[in-house]
Order: sequence, then structure tokens, then C-alpha cells
Amino acid sequence: MTTEAGSETEVKEKAEESAAQPDQSEKATEETQEAANAEVEEKEKEKEKEKEGKDGKGISRYLPTWLKKQKSQGQTSPTKEVPPTEEAASTVTREEEGPAPAVNGHAEEVEEKEAVKSEQVKEKEAESHSNASADTEPAKEEKVEESAGSPEETKEATEGEEEGKEKKEQQQEGEVQGEGEGGGDSQTSIFQSPLRLVRKTKMKLVVCHVTLLDGSDFTCEVEKRAKGQYLFFKVCEHLNLLEKDYFGLTYQDSHEEKCWLDPTKEIKRQIRSNNWQFAFNVKFYPPDPSLLTEDITRYLLCLQLREDVASGRLPCSFVTHALLGSYTLQAEFGDYEPDQPRPLDYISQLTFAPNQNKEMEEKILELHKSHRGMTPAQADAQFLENAKKLSMYGVDLHHAKDSEGVDIMLGVCANGLLVYKDRLRINRFAWPKILKISYKRNNFYIKIRPGETEQFESTVGFKLQNHRSAKKLWKVCVENHSFFRLNAPEPPTKARFLTLGSKFRYSGRTQAQTRLASSLIDRPAPSFERTSSKRISRSLDGAPVISITEAGRDTAENGREPRLELHSDSKSLGASEAALSQDHDKTQDEVLKHQASISQLKRSFMEAPPPSPPQPNQWEKRLTSSPATTIRIQQQQVVSVPQTEAAAADSAISDTKEPAKTAEVEIEETVVVQEVSKATKPGLVTVTSSSPTGPPAEQETREQEVKVEVEVVVAGEAKAVKQESVSSESESEEEAEYHPNVSVSFSHTQIPEEKEEDEEQEKKEEDKIAEQDVSAPDAAAPLPAEITQPAEETKQEVEESSKEDTEAEKNKNTEQEKEGERETEESTDDPMITPDEAPNGLALPEEEAETGLVAPAEEDEEPKMNGEASLVEAESRPQVICCSEPPVVKTEMVTISDTFAAQKTEIATKEVPIVHTETKTITYEAAQLDGNGDGEPGVLMTAQTITSESLCTTTTTHITKTLKGGLSETRIEKRIVITGDCDIDHDQALAQAIKEAKEQHPDMSVTRVVVHKETELAEEED
Amino acid sequence: MAGLMAGFGHYTHAVVRGIPASLAKEALRSSQSDVDLAKAQREHEGYVEVLRTRLGLEVVELPADESLPDCVFVEDAAVVCGDTALITRPGAESRRRETEAMKGALKDLNLNIVEMTDENATLDGGDVLFTGREFFVGLSKRTNQRGAEILADAFKDYAVSTVPVLEGLHLKSFCSMGGPGLIVIGSSEPAQKALKIMQQMSDHRYDKLTVPDDLAANCVYMNLPNKGHVLLHCTADEFPESAKVFEKLKDHMLIPVSNMEKVKVDGALTCCSVLINKKANI
Repeated sequence: MTTEAGSETEVKEKAEESAAQPDQSEKATEETQEAANAEVEEKEKEKEKEKEGKDGKGISRYLPTWLKKQKSQGQTSPTKEVPPTEEAASTVTREEEGPAPAVNGHAEEVEEKEAVKSEQVKEKEAESHSNASADTEPAKEEKVEESAGSPEETKEATEGEEEGKEKKEQQQEGEVQGEGEGGGDSQTSIFQSPLRLVRKTKMKLVVCHVTLLDGSDFTCEVEKRAKGQYLFFKVCEHLNLLEKDYFGLTYQDSHEEKCWLDPTKEIKRQIRSNNWQFAFNVKFYPPDPSLLTEDITRYLLCLQLREDVASGRLPCSFVTHALLGSYTLQAEFGDYEPDQPRPLDYISQLTFAPNQNKEMEEKILELHKSHRGMTPAQADAQFLENAKKLSMYGVDLHHAKDSEGVDIMLGVCANGLLVYKDRLRINRFAWPKILKISYKRNNFYIKIRPGETEQFESTVGFKLQNHRSAKKLWKVCVENHSFFRLNAPEPPTKARFLTLGSKFRYSGRTQAQTRLASSLIDRPAPSFERTSSKRISRSLDGAPVISITEAGRDTAENGREPRLELHSDSKSLGASEAALSQDHDKTQDEVLKHQASISQLKRSFMEAPPPSPPQPNQWEKRLTSSPATTIRIQQQQVVSVPQTEAAAADSAISDTKEPAKTAEVEIEETVVVQEVSKATKPGLVTVTSSSPTGPPAEQETREQEVKVEVEVVVAGEAKAVKQESVSSESESEEEAEYHPNVSVSFSHTQIPEEKEEDEEQEKKEEDKIAEQDVSAPDAAAPLPAEITQPAEETKQEVEESSKEDTEAEKNKNTEQEKEGERETEESTDDPMITPDEAPNGLALPEEEAETGLVAPAEEDEEPKMNGEASLVEAESRPQVICCSEPPVVKTEMVTISDTFAAQKTEIATKEVPIVHTETKTITYEAAQLDGNGDGEPGVLMTAQTITSESLCTTTTTHITKTLKGGLSETRIEKRIVITGDCDIDHDQALAQAIKEAKEQHPDMSVTRVVVHKETELAEEED
Repeated sequence: MAGLMAGFGHYTHAVVRGIPASLAKEALRSSQSDVDLAKAQREHEGYVEVLRTRLGLEVVELPADESLPDCVFVEDAAVVCGDTALITRPGAESRRRETEAMKGALKDLNLNIVEMTDENATLDGGDVLFTGREFFVGLSKRTNQRGAEILADAFKDYAVSTVPVLEGLHLKSFCSMGGPGLIVIGSSEPAQKALKIMQQMSDHRYDKLTVPDDLAANCVYMNLPNKGHVLLHCTADEFPESAKVFEKLKDHMLIPVSNMEKVKVDGALTCCSVLINKKANI
């Protein structure tokens, strides 16, 4: 328990620190230990608090959940290791050690709450920007809280208002990072507002030097405890840059490697040495720079690329060097001046290429002449148009060895992971192909989705130079995947209570978000000065291509990171808040609000249940925190799922209502992203055509349907995890997993079609009913109930059809998994659904409980026990529960002409969750056969999946022949599913679909066209 | 202003080479068969005529060299992309000297010449598939990793991916480009497998045109001013089924070219010319 006294000491120490920096190196060495200590301390504190506050309410928010969690088992030993040299904080720690480790049972709950709290804090932060007028109030409040265990919400709120943003940040920082470098001062202080106050007043300012892309230096003062984002925003402000999400700050770590400054963490803790030198660099290279909104952004990207090209990081040919150089000249110097004396002189001052020579310079000049009249912005645009086509554009290379020890390079880029041997690309793993990314020690693994003909996933391993580089690579992958493939960052907190190594997640805005945000930029194009000359002197600046994020590494080695990382989620809020303040980004605002409401819900959820029994078992513990837990979902290939299992699953639904049974659910903490469902604006086009084509006699019965729909089906299963493994893994953060999952709708699994769609439909309905039944109890249930649904969707999937009508006929029955979530949740958090790795993932009842996501639609109907509770349920479910059944889908039907308009208008549906189309294909025969039931099953004629940069297109053609009353009926249904994570040109997609339909069936005509549109725009929740 | 990677299929020049009499007996071949030399020469003349007269390319015709029985297959001797020409080091020892005349001709066309001097490297142009956005290099009996690396070095702008060629002589023995983003592919299992690999390795999306006969999948695509998409492909005599598939390409100017004799010595349509776009020199 932090006491007032403790905090005072803290304060003093603080003062000391500002006066004389504690020896860095010493600290560094102690860091890890300290970190561990800090965690332990916190743990203990928590326990203490638990005792004090009965249910731990009072303290909960101060305790970093993850920390406790992880250390729950082995706290004592680390504590002992605390070096005597440590300062006040450690003493405090000692004192705190006194109380024996508390019962485990409560911990989880507390953690949960705490998480909520921290989020709340975030919100507060967002709301109040006032820079911390020092006040003594908070301290008292906290005291009160501690002793009485009074609800912190209100306090928090007041605190939030009173305390400045920085304070909050600091507080969070402290929580998140545990006590790292400054361990001495921060360990206890975080929890005590007095300390914060003191810190405020005595905060020392440090001068940061940031090398900008034009080679100039930007100097600014930041508080010593400022976070990365503070400096970053300062720089962006200086640059007048709004589209900042593509950029980042780098620093050089003690290994002379470039690292990305983590915006959510204190700078001081990252840079390690007292070298406040940074470089501003492009972090995510936009695949299509022309989509950037502002010229200034393009200009900065140009600067980075010029540097990349000149340094050789971005290799290109002689001609391309010359061409890019000529655009640079045009942008910087305008039109070629024939009378200019000795142009070659100034040209050779500029660096265009690593091997620049006279010949190249002459070529550059020659090309420059041809750009006459081009404005600087146009020249930049041309530069980017060419640069973006270079094969190494935006590829971040990492040295590695393959399984046979051969030197290779791993390249992370917007599309996935590339494998190079020397200069040759020898393999490529597109993000959708990757099920899981993990690292362990110096090994880096990716788990690959099985191909069409393969049954099992394969895992590919690479050896990195060391653990550090493996983690660095892993982080880059997580970040790139998140940025380019997701619509919203995946919150790391989800999986907090089973910890498997680092919980690092990308916390910034994704490309989708930043595009949306920049579309709202409404300002006259800022004028800026192009100063290529500044760059001459500089050639060594940031090399983001090779050095990437390892922000966490400095401050912590094993054991600490995960927790640190975990917190970054809540921090990201702060970041977004800052962003909001700067550019008044509406989306951001919404996100914030969502976060706020979510956290609120979480909190209330946590508070609603009665305190858990004194000695809950492990499972119960887990359950307690399960709302925040992500569940690994298994992609089930339903084939073999017996009918009975469905029934079992159904019964499981009711079971889940009872906490005891829920306890059986084993959950593996994995964060999974379901990408397809995320698509902001999946285009959905249905083309239906009927035409008389068959033999005359059959004419009237023949019809062709062409449908274009978006369908996403996800089956979810909570995967069993053994407790032992969890705990053991949680001990080390040498490894981490990330499930970048992935467009489920395109997973091809060959399964004999066995299901009868009638049954399925019935089942679906049953499920829905069941869900509704469940939901009410669920809402009030002390433990987050996991709703289990039979994962049975059989679907006719889709092979590929060659363009010229090779009709490979494959009958595939694939279970697809569908996932639904509340819209709000979706907008802020990523759904945690992933088809799991079990190749033929049938749930083993003993080990795995299928969990189903409640169909969003039902939320409307669920009786609300009390407002909060039901809300909680709604909000938390997506985190906990994965669906094995396509949820009810709300789809918007619009006519073609409306498509665009509709797309741009946000659909103001409060309760409408996301949105997956219910697909008829799944229940193909029933849908098609007019209930006759005697028809033959349809034949899947062709299927084709094409994935391009931003779109996925799946085409399925079914042909059914039926004999009905002497009439032969042939129905052809063609469905084209187009999914994209960016805007889809519906007109074009539709035109293309119709065109292809016509080409393939020239004798039929398209008579009906229906466009489905699905939107997942974030809605504000009231 | 031509930009990077603009104008796939734009050609102004073609380098071809005559058929030596030695081809009939001495040219390398994967299966024993008798070549009718006169007929082969007639076919080749027809091929060159199409390039010169019908398509209006500037044709540089190198004289046949009797000591180089395979010299008509100029494609293997050089890879030209943009204004850079990589002079290869053919995998077959007997063909190494074919590059000399080719180098001279390409120099005369003012191309930047890159030579493959590494003695560990081998590369046949027939293993190089340029799609307009990237290269695929078949690792075959004639082409090795080192050769592919040197190619990657020569054409730095482009991704160069390697594809194992398990059957057939060259990568382009069963595939070729049929248009921008359109890969013509044979239907044999190795061909389809290779296509899958290429699709997996690529950041770009390719359509495919599958033809029943692997050999028919080798065709010559050009995009010429006033003519648009041009495709030289197999005749209906040789591969009736495959020819039908080509005929479905409505947007292309389709020119069936007979290749019955050269095919006996593993010569496909692309093998017989090196196409160059002089205006590509930005």
C-alpha cells in the first residue's frame, strides 16, 4: 500500500533526480529487476488493497492488471532480488512485501476493474486537457478510496478534470511500464497524486533534438517524463502535418540500431542513454501516395524516399534514379533554366543515388528539362508514382536465417511478409495467408493458412540474430498488419489475463482510420518551403527500413514487456485524444467515445457481479476476467461436426448461464483479427438475372441469378489452454503471439457437403432464440457467460475458375465463420475472431468449448436488468465470445444508383451491429428449390478468388437442375463477393460483375441488379 | 512522359537470327525428332515477316552461325527490359557464344549492356518471364540461382521471384504473357503448380488464360501503336484446342504463327526474338 509517507519520500527523490540524474548505466542494469520488483510490488499492493477494500474496488484502478496477473505465482522471489541500492521506492516495496500474497481469486477481478479504470482515466484525459494545475485534492481522494474502498468513478472523474493531461499520462505510464528506469521514483509515486503534483512543479524539462526529413533540426523542450507522442505531436505541429499516422520518430538504441519511439511510453524510458536525439521518419509507406490528402504529406514522403533512394535502401535502376532525381529537381528548383551557369555543379551537390556519377547527373538534367511547367506538387506526385512501383518500396528488411541456416532477408510490407535470398524473392506470405505471428527467443514463426489442397497449417520458422531482433521483427509485423489490414487497431488489453509474452499491439490509427480522418481535413493547403539543400549535409538520418520498432526493448527485457505493452492500449486512447485535440478529428472523437463507453461498460460489468468467493479456482479466475479475454477461435471445418454436436452446443448455451459450467471453458489468450468483417465499406452487389435460355420447353423455368454479396462467416471456438502452459508462458516474455487473422470468407476448405441447409437454417434460428434467452441472464450474470453456438455453417465454396471457362467443378462445403459484433465495439476494437489453426478443427468437447457470439440483433430485445449491465454485456461480449454461427446480419439494400450516396452517409443505426450478410449460398438448396425438397443438390460450377491490393473478389457459381412437374428447371446463381478494406468503386465492381456474367453466359441477360451495402461505420453510442 | 513500368508490350525493335543448317542435326532437343530444315526456315521467315511487315517492327536480323546450331533462339542470349540489356550466360555450354553477336546488336541499339560474367551463373532468357511489373525466373536445368541474382541486380526496379521449373525446358515452355496482367498458362500439373507459385509470390494480381497444351501457352504479346493488343500464338493446325482458347481473346489482334518444326528442338514462339522498346529510354 502506498502511503503518504511513501509518497513524500518519492517526492524528494524526484527532486533529487531532477537535480542530478541517477546513474543511467546502473539503472539500466537494474532495470529488469526493478521492473520485476515493481510488478511484484504492485501485486502485493493489490492484494493488500484487496484485503482492505474487501472486493478490491478501491484500489483496483491503480494496479496494472497484467502485472499482477503475470506475477501472481512467483512474486516473492523477484522481490527479494531488489537491490538494496534502490531508493525510496524499493523501500516502500519492502514494506509492502509484508502482507502475504493474497488469495488469487480476487486478483483477476481487480485486474479487470483496474483495466477499466485505466481506460476511464484515458477518457478523462481526453476530456480534460487542462494542464494540471497542481492540486492536493486527488491525493486525499485517493486516500479515502483506499481506506474506504469508495467508488472511484466519481473520484476519477474529478481527478480527471483537476489533473492535467500529463499527470494522467504519467500515472498511466507508471502503471503500464511498471517502474523501469526511474524505478525509484515512479514505483510508488504513480499511485499517489501528491507525487504527481510535485512532479508537476518540479518536472525538469529536457531538450529534444529531432532531425527532420529535410535535414533540418527541430529542437523543443519536453518534460522529462513526456511520452513519445508528446514529442511526436510537437514535431507534427511544427511541420504543420495532419496526416501524421504514416510517420514516426526514431531514436538510436544502445546497439546503434534505429528504433521507433513508442508514442505510448515515456521517452525517457526508451532512449536509455541520455541522448535525446531523434529523427522524424516515415513509418508506414502508403501503397498509393496519391490517396494522401495533402501535398505536404506527399512532400514529406518524398523527402523520406529521396533519402531512401540516395542511401541505397530503396534500390532502383539507373534510369529510375535519373527519373526520380529529375522530379526532385523540378520540385525543388522549378523549371530547368537553360542559362543557368554550370548546372552540373549544383547538381552534384545533391545526392540522388548511392553511385551517382556524371552520366547520371547529365541524365537527370536532361529529364529535368522535360518537366517544364510542372508544379512542385505535381513533381512530387510524379516522383511518388514512380517510387511506389519499386519492388522494395515500403519493405522493411530484417536479416534472418532459414531453417537450414541460410542467410535470408525478411521483408515486412503492406501486403505481408516477403522472404529474400540475396536479391531474389523466394517466398511471400500475404497477410491473409498468415494465421499467427509469434516469436520465441531468437526464433520468429509464422503459421500459414493451409492452401486449397492442403489440410494442415504449416508453421514456418526463421532464426533471427537474437531475441531482440526477433521481437523487433515481430513488432513490425504486428504494426504493419494492423496498420494496413485492419480498420481499427487491435486492443492489446483483450487478452490480458492469460499472458503469453508480449502483448504489444499497434496503438495508432490504422490506414483506414487515417484515411477517413484525412478525408475530413478541411483547411487550405498549407504552404511550406521545399528545401532540398538542407539535406545535403545529412546522409545518415533515420533508416526506418532497416531499423524498426523495438521501443519496448530498452526499458525491459523479459517479464516486463508484456505488461508494458498491454497498457499501450489504454494509452493509445490518450494518443488519439491528443490527435483529436490537434486536428479535431471527428472519427477520433467517436472512437474515443466508444472507448469511453466501453470502458465504462466494462467497469460496470465488473462491478455488477457479486464478489467472487474467497478461494476461487483458476478457472473461475479466468472467467472473471474473461470479458477482456480474447478467445482463439477455431476455424471449423464443419464437415464432421455431427448434428448432435450442434445440439450439444445448443445446450451449452444454456450451460453457459451457469458460472460453474462456464468455468469449464478454457480459453487461450490469443488476439485475433477478423479482417473481412472489418472492411469499412464492403461493397455488396447482387446481380440477378433471369433469362429464357434453355430449350424452349424449359424457358420459363430457367433463370440466372448473379449475386454480389459480401459474406463473412466466422465460427468461433474458445480453445482450450492448459493452465500450466499459460502460467509458464506468462513468466517469460521471450515470446509472443499475434494472430493477424484474416479474411475468413476466403478460406478454402474442402469439405464434403453433408449438411442440409434446412437444418442449418433451423439451427440458426434456434440459436438465435437461444441466444436471446441467454442474453438476459448473461447480462446480469456475475461471470461473463460464454455463449456457445454450434459452429455449423456449411457453405459451398469457391474454387477458382479460369477465365476462359475451364469449369473446374468442385463441390466444396466449407464452413465459414461468421462474426458479429456491436458496431461500436467494432469501430474501436478489433474483433477477436480467428479461424484457428486446427486444420480440421473439430472442437473436442472436453477441451474446447465452442463459444458463440450472440447475434447482435438480439441486443435490442434483451431485457435490461439494469442499464449498465446490459450494456456491459453488449460491449464485452465481443471480447469474450466468439461466434460459431453467423449472427444476424443487417444489411442495407440500396439500389445501384444509391450506392455511392449511401456509402457516404453514415447509417445512423444505433443498435445495428456490424453486419454481415446472411448468405443464401450457405443454405443453397433450400433457398433455391422452392421448398420442393426433392431437387438435386446444386452444383458448384466455378469459383474464383482474386485478391488484389485492396479488394478480394470471390465468385461462386451454382447450377442446379431440378425436375419439377415435368419441367426441368435450371437455375444458375452466380455470386460475386467483393470485399475491400478501402472504398470500393461499386459502379466499377458492378459493371465488371455484369460484364463477366455476360461473357460467361452470353445467352442470358441480366435482368435484375441488387446492391447490398454493408457499413460498419462507427456509431456513437449514447 | 513515360514513367517507370509504363507501356508493357510496347516494342519498336526485334532482334532475330537466322537458322543454321546445323540446327536440324545438332540443335539440342529434349526428345528425338527429325527436323525438316527447309520447313523450319520457311516458318522462321514467316515469323520474321510478321514482325517486320505486319507489325512494323524494326527487325535486326543476325546471320546464322553454323557453329551455333541453336542460335536462332535468340531469346536465351539476352534479357531486355527498358533500356537495359542483360547478356546472359546460357546454361548449355554449346550456346555460350551465341551471346556475342547478340551483345553487338544490342550495343548498336544503344542499350545499357550488363554482362553476366560470373562463371557460376547460368541463365537462359527462356526462363525469364517479365510481366510488366516484375520478373519471374524459372530455376531450371539451364538457369540457376546465381543467374537469377544477377538478373535481379540488373533490373533493380523490379521484384525478381524464383520459380522452380520441374518439367519442361524453360519456365516459358509452358507460360508467357498474353497481355498486361494476363498470364497464359498450360494446363499440365507442373504448369499449374508454377502458376500458383507465381501468384503467391506476387503482390500483383494476374489473370490467367489456361490453354490445354503447355507448348501452346508460349505466345508473344505486344502492344503496338495503331494495333493495340497483338498476340502471336500457335496455329490451329498444331494445337486446335488451344487455338480456340486464344480465339476467345476479343480485344487482341490474333496472329497465328506456325512453329511446327522449331518446336521439335524446344523452340517456342518467344524464343525466336528479342523485343526492344527503344522509346522506353525515358
